Amino acid sequence: MKAWRRPRAEPAEPVPADTIESLMARLDAAAQVRLGRTLAIRHVNTGSCNGCELELRALSNVLYDLERFGLRFVDTPRHADILLVTGPLTRNLRVALEQAWDATPDPKWVIAVGDCAIDGGLFKESYAVLGGTGLSVPVDLTISGCPPSPTQVLAGLRALLEVNAR
Amino acid sequence: MTGEPAARATDVEGEAPPPGRPPLRHMLSPQDWIATAQTAAEDSWVLLAHWAEPAAVHALYLDPATPGVVPVSIAIEAGAYPALSPLLPAAALYERMILDLFGHVPGGAVDPRPWLDHGAWPSEHPMAAPSAPRTDRPAPAARAEQPDAMILPLGPIGRPIGEAALLRLTLDGPVIRRADSRLGFTHKGTLALMRNKSPRTAARFAARLSGDATVAHGLAFAEAAETAVGTAAPPRAARLRVVMLELERIAGHLDTIAEVSRLAGAASMRAACQLLREILLRACHFAFGHRLMMDCVVPGGVAVDLTPDGASALLQALGAVAARLPALRRDHEGVVPGARLSGTGRAGRALAESLGVGGVAGRAAGRAFDARVGFMPGYRTLAVTPAVRPAGDAAARQAVRIAEIGASLRLVSSVLEPLPPGPLTVALPQVCGEGIGCAESIRGDVWHWLRIDHGQITAAFPRDPGWALWPLATALLQDSVTDDVELIRASLALPASGMDL
Ligand code: SF4
Repeated sequence: MKAWRRPRAEPAEPVPADTIESLMARLDAAAQVRLGRTLAIRHVNTGSCNGCELELRALSNVLYDLERFGLRFVDTPRHADILLVTGPLTRNLRVALEQAWDATPDPKWVIAVGDCAIDGGLFKESYAVLGGTGLSVPVDLTISGCPPSPTQVLAGLRALLEVNAR
Repeated sequence: MTGEPAARATDVEGEAPPPGRPPLRHMLSPQDWIATAQTAAEDSWVLLAHWAEPAAVHALYLDPATPGVVPVSIAIEAGAYPALSPLLPAAALYERMILDLFGHVPGGAVDPRPWLDHGAWPSEHPMAAPSAPRTDRPAPAARAEQPDAMILPLGPIGRPIGEAALLRLTLDGPVIRRADSRLGFTHKGTLALMRNKSPRTAARFAARLSGDATVAHGLAFAEAAETAVGTAAPPRAARLRVVMLELERIAGHLDTIAEVSRLAGAASMRAACQLLREILLRACHFAFGHRLMMDCVVPGGVAVDLTPDGASALLQALGAVAARLPALRRDHEGVVPGARLSGTGRAGRALAESLGVGGVAGRAAGRAFDARVGFMPGYRTLAVTPAVRPAGDAAARQAVRIAEIGASLRLVSSVLEPLPPGPLTVALPQVCGEGIGCAESIRGDVWHWLRIDHGQITAAFPRDPGWALWPLATALLQDSVTDDVELIRASLALPASGMDL
């Protein structure tokens, strides 16, 4: 099959205009513009089933090739511009999320990835779950899906990049 | 087992049970409960699962001689029951879970510390009837450490794009003297959410116990529900389940091999596995409408049929994996991964057996157990030969994964064409009953137990392979060096969510 003999990153779709607009508004509010078109991402799991992680890991495969957009995953929130949050916010991980948020330098963005991170998803009625990421830290962008496909996550991240470059 | 314990058969009836699954669950006296555990320890029975309800505690044993499974129960008296952990180390984590969720005290347990409960829930013992308001349970004293011991905590969200768990390592220079694990961070209250729902609704929670084993959990849950009400999936659905489970295995093994390769410095192997996995997931999306096939298995059958060109898309993707497999095998035997993996995280067969470790980790340590052989009705007419290696180290686990990818490729191809015609689901009758289902996931055998009362689930428990893998991991980490921690974790594919419930 051709695809694996000569793998090449796929052409990326244009970023939806309304996503950029809504993010621009937030960035203006922050009144800061970062230099360069590179963003560091820290993943934070707040109770995921690991399905969302599977798709985040897929972002580094050669077909999506996250790094060509200047996006890379980092190991510590201290070096991060973006917190990519997956999973319903469990009571047992709330503190860990808040610590990660506190440790991330300003300006920072929080993206809630997946239906669980948006509002608790299927688990919102549980005694062990608070709800979505937004109950604990401010969220800038949500990407729905269970789990969202790598293409959807990539579109969201690139929207942030566009904003960042303006 | 010598002398069947004095048993009172409970209410479970129905058609002929699937192979290896009993129609009866024995209610035992405290003496027989302990006698059974003693016999289990002596006769190499495996404790597969250990769980509770508000008024009783259950254990599921595997008797490798028959082979078959034996479910037993004991009633709770004065809030307590005799602990199994002094006889069976594999029971320790379950006992901590049972105490946290139900408040049943395991008398004489080896480890009384909390497991899932981190003090953040609104009530104590949320599964007890009625659940108790939170009182300040005195924190059990931490284990005595040497005063100058260096402690390295890893987690709960320390890893790049991974599951949330905490490892606490006691170091002596670079050597790990003690490894302790703490899970429960991703506890989502799944058992409570499944209660009072129809099997069809509760299946969505089973499918979200562990994303990379969503088909396995969904399938084991569905078969438990079908057994409980005395029905079975129609032939076409049974075959499609096999296709989905094997696709999940290939994708999951590729993911694990990629991660282990990354840590072992084999970059090209990592890139190749990631790409093959992506090709496969796209074919799954094309064929079944979901990349991970989440919610595709439902109680009574399957929710989706193959799309018209689905079979050929799958076969094409499988062809891409098959074409690359010899190169993967060669790369694996090459110098770079070989030197890093051989001898790392070596598990002995006796340890794997005593902890009930199945799956890749068990088979790579010489324990030939595979739930597809003899326990899954869908595989009754299919030839599955477990891939077994004796060495027990990370290299052996990698080799088993590669061998299993090859076997799964052959299995899917043989099942896909031709698929039997016919319906995709049967309706589940609104009756009462109890059932056990199992599936061989990417990490090992998944078991689901549930009870249905007129179409509603009244109690359920899913046993993820993590219950056996974490005790194995902490044993393997002991006396390893800190540089190997991530490699050992990755090579065991240590989960969290599935056992966090
Ligand atoms: S959104 Fe879906 S895939 Fe993601 S964590 Fe929730 S249940 Fe899992």
